[in-house]
Amino acid sequence: MFIYACKRFGVAVLVAITVSLLSFSLIYLSGDPAMALAGESATSEDIENIRRVYGYDQPIMVQYVDWLSRVVQGDFGRSHYLKREVAEVIFERLPTTMLLGACALGFAILLSIPLGVLAAIRPNTIIDRLALTLAVVGQALPSFWFALILIFWLGITWRLLPITGTASWQNFIMPAVALGYYVTPAIMRLTRAGMLEVLSSDYIRTARAKGLKPATVLFKHALRNAIIPVVSLAAVQFGFMLGGSIVIETIFAINGLGFLAWETIQRGDLPTMQAIVLVLACFYIVLTFLADMLNAFLDPRIRVA
Amino acid sequence: MTSKLLKTIGLAAVMAIAGVNQAWAGKSNDTLVWTTDREQAVADPYYNNTRELVIMGHAVWDGLLFRDLDSGEFKPLLAKSYKWVDNLTLEFDLRDDVVFHDGSKFDADDVVYTVNHVSNKDNGVLTFQNVKWMKNAEKLGPYKVRIHLHEPFPAALAYLSNAVFMMPSGHYDGAPMKADGKKDFGAVKPVGTGPYKIVEVIAGDRINMERNESYLKNGPKGQPQIGKLVFRTIKEMNTQMAELLTGGIDWMWDVPKDQAESLEAQGAVTVENAKTMRVSYLAFDVDGDSGVKYFTDPRVRAAVAHAINRASITKNLVGPASVVIPSACHPDQFGCAQDVTKWDYDPAKAKKLLTEAGYPNGFEFDIYAYRQREYTEAVIGDLAEVGLKANLKFMQYRALRDLVWKGQTPINHMTWGSNSIPDVSAITSHFFSGGRDDPAKDPEVIKNLETADTSVDPEVRKRHYKEALEKISANLYWLPMFTYAKYYVYSKDLDFKTTSDEIPRFYTAKWK
Repeated sequence: MFIYACKRFGVAVLVAITVSLLSFSLIYLSGDPAMALAGESATSEDIENIRRVYGYDQPIMVQYVDWLSRVVQGDFGRSHYLKREVAEVIFERLPTTMLLGACALGFAILLSIPLGVLAAIRPNTIIDRLALTLAVVGQALPSFWFALILIFWLGITWRLLPITGTASWQNFIMPAVALGYYVTPAIMRLTRAGMLEVLSSDYIRTARAKGLKPATVLFKHALRNAIIPVVSLAAVQFGFMLGGSIVIETIFAINGLGFLAWETIQRGDLPTMQAIVLVLACFYIVLTFLADMLNAFLDPRIRVA
Repeated sequence: MTSKLLKTIGLAAVMAIAGVNQAWAGKSNDTLVWTTDREQAVADPYYNNTRELVIMGHAVWDGLLFRDLDSGEFKPLLAKSYKWVDNLTLEFDLRDDVVFHDGSKFDADDVVYTVNHVSNKDNGVLTFQNVKWMKNAEKLGPYKVRIHLHEPFPAALAYLSNAVFMMPSGHYDGAPMKADGKKDFGAVKPVGTGPYKIVEVIAGDRINMERNESYLKNGPKGQPQIGKLVFRTIKEMNTQMAELLTGGIDWMWDVPKDQAESLEAQGAVTVENAKTMRVSYLAFDVDGDSGVKYFTDPRVRAAVAHAINRASITKNLVGPASVVIPSACHPDQFGCAQDVTKWDYDPAKAKKLLTEAGYPNGFEFDIYAYRQREYTEAVIGDLAEVGLKANLKFMQYRALRDLVWKGQTPINHMTWGSNSIPDVSAITSHFFSGGRDDPAKDPEVIKNLETADTSVDPEVRKRHYKEALEKISANLYWLPMFTYAKYYVYSKDLDFKTTSDEIPRFYTAKWK
């Protein structure tokens, strides 16, 4: 187990470094960062000045190595645009994104697990078909479009929910639904598949033969075992939602990390962009690593392989 | 029973949700909430060069002068009077009844400090082109100062009224230090003398402003009417409109024409199309630097000019406040001569010119653009009618400008806002004085612009600008296209006046 954990950890670190290197290089493909900082009306003289002041006149690898060595020491640099320490900005906005991600995951779990269980105990019935339809629609529906539909009905037409901001818990309902709905199908289908497998196993038959109540068999014996892979999937989906909140935060004007990422890309605020990519990548990598460890702990065949 | 209980709980939940969904913008709260899609983190007009800070600059700070948009006149604002001592010196008598938001009194030291700080290149002012014409300021008395110029700069009054805002003496001295050992002047808490004061900045979310109850009396800006101003960042246009329709915000702009017309038809909000200082133009690679030689031939450039139906684009895409322009400047700018060579829409003539140039079947090339894709697509459609196949390369501005500077674009469809400066020097001189943006580097044009830019005689300026503009139009270094117009959409409760310089003066707004 220890060797397996070390191997997975090594891979995780390599992935983090690769992601940071790629993101660093890609930034330059979208144009000159000095020009982005200087703005539309800047003269060439102004841009040259900015290039010199921020070190953009250095070779890209020199800039990258310099940045990485500072990051290792916990220094993400200072935002050119926000005029603040990048770490401070990121950790100020991260809780909002984490809260949104948690709400979205909560919604996804609340919707998908009961549906998955229902679909499994009534296979090939209208309930199963409805759950499958929901899964297909969920995967096919672009989150930005679904978000706009929610705004139209719940925000404008019925005026039930506030549209933008984070002033109250109500502000999180629409974004959480829009973000969470997209991951619902995966969790639901995994729950259904797990439940179908468990429900046909010998120990469930034994439990039924002992005369246990159907609800006890279903929730205490079957769901408990069927849900284990769902937990690791949910962990990975949470990481996905942190990164995927860019669109949702932008639409609902939520001042979180996703919105910061979008703004940062647009204005070419290099230190902030690099830090966000690295932080989000690290979150995703850590969650994937933990999911791998959980799976390996539960299923010895994985760590042996 | 259970069903009744569930219904009651459901109704209570809906009421709880609806109950907190109270709009806090609007007349009832005496709070004008305006929004754009850009995050504002730095609340300083010298260290943030976005349009939003230009707008806030006029609400929170004052300059020495004020430009009356109706008459075009320059009036004293923080100054009592001003005069040109000579071509290189402006002298100001200052008001003695002005106080900053922090309670300190405004005097000559503040002017000297501000001018000397911003005109020093080492201090890294982002809008340096707005202030670099000033050499320094000199105190002549407690309320008397002189501003010295590097060279004669006739547009000085326009810049002083639009882009040079006064900060309290020592304002930037306590700026935090950056990692590179330099001071971060943009991080200083904003303090001005203007009609509104900034009370809170939440980057990515909002900037809260309150009325300055001690704002100077009898000033040309008048007294602010609305109690609170809130700037909000809402990235998505549809979300902005949803908030406007539900009372979450009171004012937005840059609404696409079709959506503005749809909102107007609903009648729930006020919709207005107003002109701006921004112009659209096509710049040709007249020297063939991009490797595409077609546009080195004046007949080909003329064919392009005759092929594009600019009037149709303004009418059908931009809005009623947009007009076709013949010169490489905005008609509202000083020195922007309109009686220059004009290129009417005439596709038959375009085809004839192409045949004469040796391209009876047209040719294919890349056209570069960065803003309002639909406008460039309309241009491409018109060009296709005469056999010219233009492939659109739509890019981010910073990437495109880099290509333009490297001379790699055969044709680029660009825009320019002149920083809302009502003077030809802010556009024509910027683009045709031989710099990297100059597609032609025509010595005659450069000389005329240089003469006009450094003369303080309005007639001399007009004459030389006209000569330069005529040559640009006649040789089609640029094809000036049209002025931009913006759709403003705002609450029916709001009494708001649009301005031609794209700087909404919220301090003049009031509730109906």
